[in-house]
Amino acid sequence: MTENNYNEIMKLLCDRLEGVSNSNVQITSETNIISQLSIDSIKLLNLIMEIEDTFDISIPINALTDVQTVRELADLVYKIKSAS
Amino acid sequence: MNLLEKLDASAAARKALLPDGVGAFGIPIEEVYSATEARIGDRRVLLLGTNNYLGLTFAPECIRAAHEAIDKEGTGTTGSRMANGSYFGHRSLEREFADFYQCDSAIVFTTGYQANLGTISGLVGPGDTVLIDGDSHASIYDGCVLSGADIIRFKHNDMVDMEKRLRRLGNRVETTLIIAEGIYSMLGDQAPLDDIVKLKNAYGCILLLDEAHSLGVLGETGQGLVEATGLLKEVDFITGTFSKSLCSIGGYCVSNHPQLEQLRYVSHPYIFTASPSPATIASTRAALELLRKGSHLRKQLWQNCTQLYTQLREGGYLLGPHPGPVIAAIVDTPRQALLLWQNLLEHNIYVNLILPPAAPEGKSLVRCSVNAAHTSEQIKYVGDTFCKLHGLVCSPS
Repeated sequence: MTENNYNEIMKLLCDRLEGVSNSNVQITSETNIISQLSIDSIKLLNLIMEIEDTFDISIPINALTDVQTVRELADLVYKIKSAS
Repeated sequence: MNLLEKLDASAAARKALLPDGVGAFGIPIEEVYSATEARIGDRRVLLLGTNNYLGLTFAPECIRAAHEAIDKEGTGTTGSRMANGSYFGHRSLEREFADFYQCDSAIVFTTGYQANLGTISGLVGPGDTVLIDGDSHASIYDGCVLSGADIIRFKHNDMVDMEKRLRRLGNRVETTLIIAEGIYSMLGDQAPLDDIVKLKNAYGCILLLDEAHSLGVLGETGQGLVEATGLLKEVDFITGTFSKSLCSIGGYCVSNHPQLEQLRYVSHPYIFTASPSPATIASTRAALELLRKGSHLRKQLWQNCTQLYTQLREGGYLLGPHPGPVIAAIVDTPRQALLLWQNLLEHNIYVNLILPPAAPEGKSLVRCSVNAAHTSEQIKYVGDTFCKLHGLVCSPS
């Protein structure tokens, strides 16, 4: 995995989050997924399943307890993808 | 935002969905007249929102057994199963559940919620994996979180998706617990158990099936989906509740794996809570006996289910894929669901209102629970009223 790969992950996450967000907030790496984007828990879990399929990885739901921002989600996906 | 402000934010979100004065959640029931009728405010209402599937809440055998137990053993055990809370009745009920399922052993928990919490958190831990259906009940999610295992969801009842996620786990499948439900509580649909068993065997996992809503409802003797599909021996652990077809409160787990007994020593939800009261255990034992002999109740239940499901479908409602005791009208918006729920109550019918995110796929549900004690006339009245109100869920809002 390279920096390009990380940037690809970040872009994909921003695009997907924009699709399910209920707010007009401009999404950046520091955007808080729950409080700023008004995404309910089920939508977030369904988004995680899509991300799993896109990168062919398993993202345990419990790993999301440490995720608040888009950057933290990108870090998690990158870490799991790099280890797979 | 401090701790209390977070609760205020949550309250504001709830109020946005349900304006003040609309008590759809936790509605006070002033008096209960029977298995099918109660008083809410000054209305005598038909109860179509309880889980009393066999209609046994007022069964004389259960009431008599509970009275006798209180007289003989008092109101509570005041202790854990691990300490002083395992009476003759608790142990007898476990033997009776093991016999009912033709399994080697059974454990009784204080609630159905704790049965899932205690079983899941006893079976898996950090480093293990649980693979759960996306529409799993909160007790399954919470049990998984309590366990510390890695939690992976598959799309509801989608076996292609489930296999894809099993494949990704690689050799971690050896320590993976798959969890499904006999009947899912939101839409009333059943798990494709034969396909789940095939995948479980192909990948060498352990399977837990929650029969909370299917106990007493499916199968000749009411064991649940395991009996209806002939797959009892293929399921490693079965959990369930006393609070639906058995009309009390409590939960169970049965298994042929001798390791089930070890849960009594490692499962906090089993150990660190008081055991069910003697009256609860006694009425549950009486209800289990009635359930086992209750093929006539199941026949009546299914007649009622089919009658209402058919009437709602013909009336234009979008429903879950299977007729059954849980019949949910799926509507597009919370406002439509709330309007329908309120109008049903004004017609003296109590049902359950389910709003996002609890309802699947961003929809809202107006959910009926049918029971064996409903008369055909009561079911017809409910169906006719739903059909009369169908316009409320058609217009944009």
